Amino acid sequence: MADIRNNFVGIKSPNPFWLASAPPTDKAYNVERAYAAGWGGVVWKTLGEEGPPVVNVNGPRYGAIWGADRRLLGLNNIELITDRPLQINLQEMKAVKKKWRDRALIASIMVPCEEEAWKAILPLVEETEADGIELNFGCPHGMSERGMGAAVGQVPEYVEMVVRWCKQYTRMPVITKLTPNVTDVRRPARAAKNGGTDAVSLINTINSITGVDLDTCSPTPSIDGKGTHGGYCGPAVKPIALNMVAEIARDPETYGLPISGIGGVTTWRDAAEFLMLGAGNVQVCTAAMTYGFKIVQEMITGLEAWMDEKGYATLDDFRGKAVPNVTDWQYLNLNYIAKAHIDQDACIKCGRCHIACEDTSHQAITNMVNGVRHFEVIEEECVACNLCIDVCPVENCITMVEKQPGEIDKRTGKVVSADYANWTTHPNNPMAKVAAE
Amino acid sequence: MGRLEPGIHSGRLSPAEYDKNFSELHPVFSDHEALVASDRCYFCYDAPCMTACPTSIDVPLFIRQISTGNAIGAAKTIFDQNIMGGMCARVCPTETLCEQACVRNTAEERPVEIGRLQRFATDKAMNAGKQFYTRLNSNGKSVGVVGAGPAGLAAAHRLAMHGFNVMVYDHREKAGGLNEYGIATYKATDEIAQKEVDYILSIGGIDVLDGEMLGRDFTLADLKSRHDAVFLGIGLGGVNALTVQGTHEYGVVDAVEFIANLRQADAKGDVPVGRRVVVIGGGMTAVDAAVQAKLLGAEEVTMCYRRGQEHMNASLYEQELAASKGVLIRHWLAPKAVLSHGGHVTGITMAYTHLENGLLKETGHTIDIACDQILTAIGQTLDIAGLDTIKVEKGKIVIDEEGKTSVAGVWAGGDCATGGEDLTVSAVAMGRDAAMSIIKSLA
Ligand SMILES: Cc1cc2nc3c(=O)[nH]c(=O)nc-3n(C[C@H](O)[C@H](O)[C@H](O)COP(=O)(O)OP(=O)(O)OC[C@H]3O[C@@H](n4cnc5c(N)ncnc54)[C@H](O)[C@@H]3O)c2cc1C
Ligand SMILES: Cc1cc2nc3c(=O)[nH]c(=O)nc-3n(C[C@H](O)[C@H](O)[C@H](O)COP(=O)(O)O)c2cc1C
Ligand code: SF4
Ligand code: SF4
Ligand code: SF4
Repeated sequence: MADIRNNFVGIKSPNPFWLASAPPTDKAYNVERAYAAGWGGVVWKTLGEEGPPVVNVNGPRYGAIWGADRRLLGLNNIELITDRPLQINLQEMKAVKKKWRDRALIASIMVPCEEEAWKAILPLVEETEADGIELNFGCPHGMSERGMGAAVGQVPEYVEMVVRWCKQYTRMPVITKLTPNVTDVRRPARAAKNGGTDAVSLINTINSITGVDLDTCSPTPSIDGKGTHGGYCGPAVKPIALNMVAEIARDPETYGLPISGIGGVTTWRDAAEFLMLGAGNVQVCTAAMTYGFKIVQEMITGLEAWMDEKGYATLDDFRGKAVPNVTDWQYLNLNYIAKAHIDQDACIKCGRCHIACEDTSHQAITNMVNGVRHFEVIEEECVACNLCIDVCPVENCITMVEKQPGEIDKRTGKVVSADYANWTTHPNNPMAKVAAE
Repeated sequence: MGRLEPGIHSGRLSPAEYDKNFSELHPVFSDHEALVASDRCYFCYDAPCMTACPTSIDVPLFIRQISTGNAIGAAKTIFDQNIMGGMCARVCPTETLCEQACVRNTAEERPVEIGRLQRFATDKAMNAGKQFYTRLNSNGKSVGVVGAGPAGLAAAHRLAMHGFNVMVYDHREKAGGLNEYGIATYKATDEIAQKEVDYILSIGGIDVLDGEMLGRDFTLADLKSRHDAVFLGIGLGGVNALTVQGTHEYGVVDAVEFIANLRQADAKGDVPVGRRVVVIGGGMTAVDAAVQAKLLGAEEVTMCYRRGQEHMNASLYEQELAASKGVLIRHWLAPKAVLSHGGHVTGITMAYTHLENGLLKETGHTIDIACDQILTAIGQTLDIAGLDTIKVEKGKIVIDEEGKTSVAGVWAGGDCATGGEDLTVSAVAMGRDAAMSIIKSLA
């Protein structure tokens, strides 16, 4: 049986599934229910400095987009950090940690970008015996207007500076949570590393407006007729998060820096993908907010079953395995030739592949053969773009079949070569490193 | 006694039971159900469901309109092709039309519920009194339409839209044809047939003359002299009669008439039905008669068809509906003689049949089935009175693909004409297309 115990920068948890800092981790009541349901760790809802806590809006704070059957695909929020007094949070954290020794408990912190503020809060958090801290440099709304959250995360120099203070004033491991609202996520990651962070976690939420109420002419969620941009998360953001994780994992400057992967993790499969791209564990928010804490059971059992099937005994056996395969476009093998192929037994004849290819791609799928409704790939035209596969409603009905060396590519009439050749040496490339023959 | 009373009687059930039995078969979708159901449509290219619809409704488009919160727009998409989209949504045998063709049948043997979605959209528009069409200014030309059934009304609507003055003649008191007098009660509840007639007529330019019968009150020649063009949508007014001994006995009833009486009855409890009923026939009318006899409180209803199940005109879905209501369907039985006592039916002798070299033959064995009432549903026929020299073949007025008959200036469509499927929806398609042909030729 696969062993999915997790050791992330020295913080141990029975599995790699942590709840991200958010409403599910807002107080002892939720956190204990989460632990009872099986979550390996929890990043407590972000703490602010001592004094009167922040206040949240009293109208709707979430917006969403949905897929078929109203399946929630993306969630957006304008919630701030915890709106409960610091002391209550700290007391609860301490009590919970005492009771749940085997689970990870991380304190998320966001205080003003001043040394004194960090110096003041860190010893208080240490008192709780939390396993580590996460610096919230990500929150894109509300707090950032006050010079915190994403306002810090977007300036690498501030990131480095605050991380350095934290490393100076606490012995606890420091995880730096990054905002995706930047053009190049490697820069804040490098800064965090330079400041001495033990790990980064990403992504926090993405600036977004989920919709506009066409009756009131207000962005949604709407508060008294007005709206503001909120943070976007859930299944829709996973591709963005995966890319950012991969960018950091393969950047020579941050290579090997532990990463806690966040953003759209909804099933065991999503988690496995983050781990393969180099994440040490994952954090989850929207999936728990959508389905409740029990989903972790699907994640745990699914991950274990897949690892058993693949013969992976521990998480380290596959962690980062996809990182070497993330490359730049220019290094992709242009001699790799594939063609779409339709399994006629699986095809239900909806015609979506045909119309997609006909109207918007390469006119490479029939719709009628000898007067009969029939969908078949015309290899002479197919460029293997994958669109038909993406739009076909039947899984695995259309597949990409690799042409073997020696076969003819009917589109170009050329023999498929066994050699690897990329853009850097391509004759059409004016900057080709090797001159064309 | 009530239920078990021998003979033919009304009031076999309690009022509550009648209400329940004749309530709607498939209630309209709620908004939520419609959203869930519409999400299942793949928006197919050259959609097979659309090809399978005799009126070629753009099914993927109207379903997508529902799924994006535009049910009224969906209704327009439907009505553009089929002005009786509301009735068709209730009565179409979708299991042999659009839903049979739906690719999700191939995928998971569960089609998109096209009929119920169509009902959802058309109800929304009709309940909101939403009219999509306006009549062009009158072009001074007049068309005479005989028959206010689906074919005639579809033609009249299209013609009126294009500015023609339309005169519809029908010998019955109410317009609607079999929508009003034939369709099963539980498919057309809540006066939908008349609501639809009103909806169609509200476009203006259409006058309906009831009590006017072709062949009795006027001839085809009269019509031709009164109008610039004539459309015949007279349906199949006659019925095949049983040709066995004893059919004059009390208790032998034509199923179409039985259904018409039931449809017109204000209180279903007033409609008499036998304690034991035998229905002769294997089509939709037979099923409808059998099911409704059962719903009226008959204790035992047996449907007898002279061929096998695979030959029945009633769809499998209709057969299952009958079975679920407690109707016993028997095959390979042909009527031989009506049994009676004192002028009242007491049973029927049926001959066992089989196929010999492809021909239906009696085997020589018979069975007597005891009953108080026999409903005959062995086919409707064209009433040729007043049709003059118009060409008729195999009991139907011969038309070309535009709906033209052999007589210049006379079009026909619906059940009375060749090429249809004896369904409401095909009657609508034929009426609409004939109207387009008339518009073209009078332009
Ligand atoms: C019992 C029964 C159940 C049915 N159930 C279904 C069903 O569930 N689904 C479905 O799709 N189809 C069903 N059908 C078939 C469907 O009703 C017909 O196909 C459809 O009504 C045909 O339309 P039409 O306009 O051609 O004829 P009709 O609806 O028959 O209309 C003809 C009109 O012409 C009038 N008329 C006839 N002769 C004359 C004349 N000489 N002068 C003046 N007026 C005249 C009649 O009064 C009538 O109003 C059923 C039929 C029957 C009998
Ligand atoms: C309602 C809500 C509130 C959040 N509050 C915080 C927060 O206080 N601190 C923080 O670091 N991240 C916060 N986040 C971001 C999440 O921790 C997480 O990074 C993000 O939702 C992406 O993960 P997901 O796709 O699994 O939801 C919040 C997210 C949501 C939905
Ligand atoms: S892979 Fe692209 S080009 Fe080839 S058939 Fe599919 S859609 Fe057309
Ligand atoms: S999209 Fe898929 S199921 Fe539909 S016709 Fe094409 S191959 Fe067949
Ligand atoms: S065949 Fe089915 S899935 Fe395709 S468009 Fe028609 S209803 Fe939708």
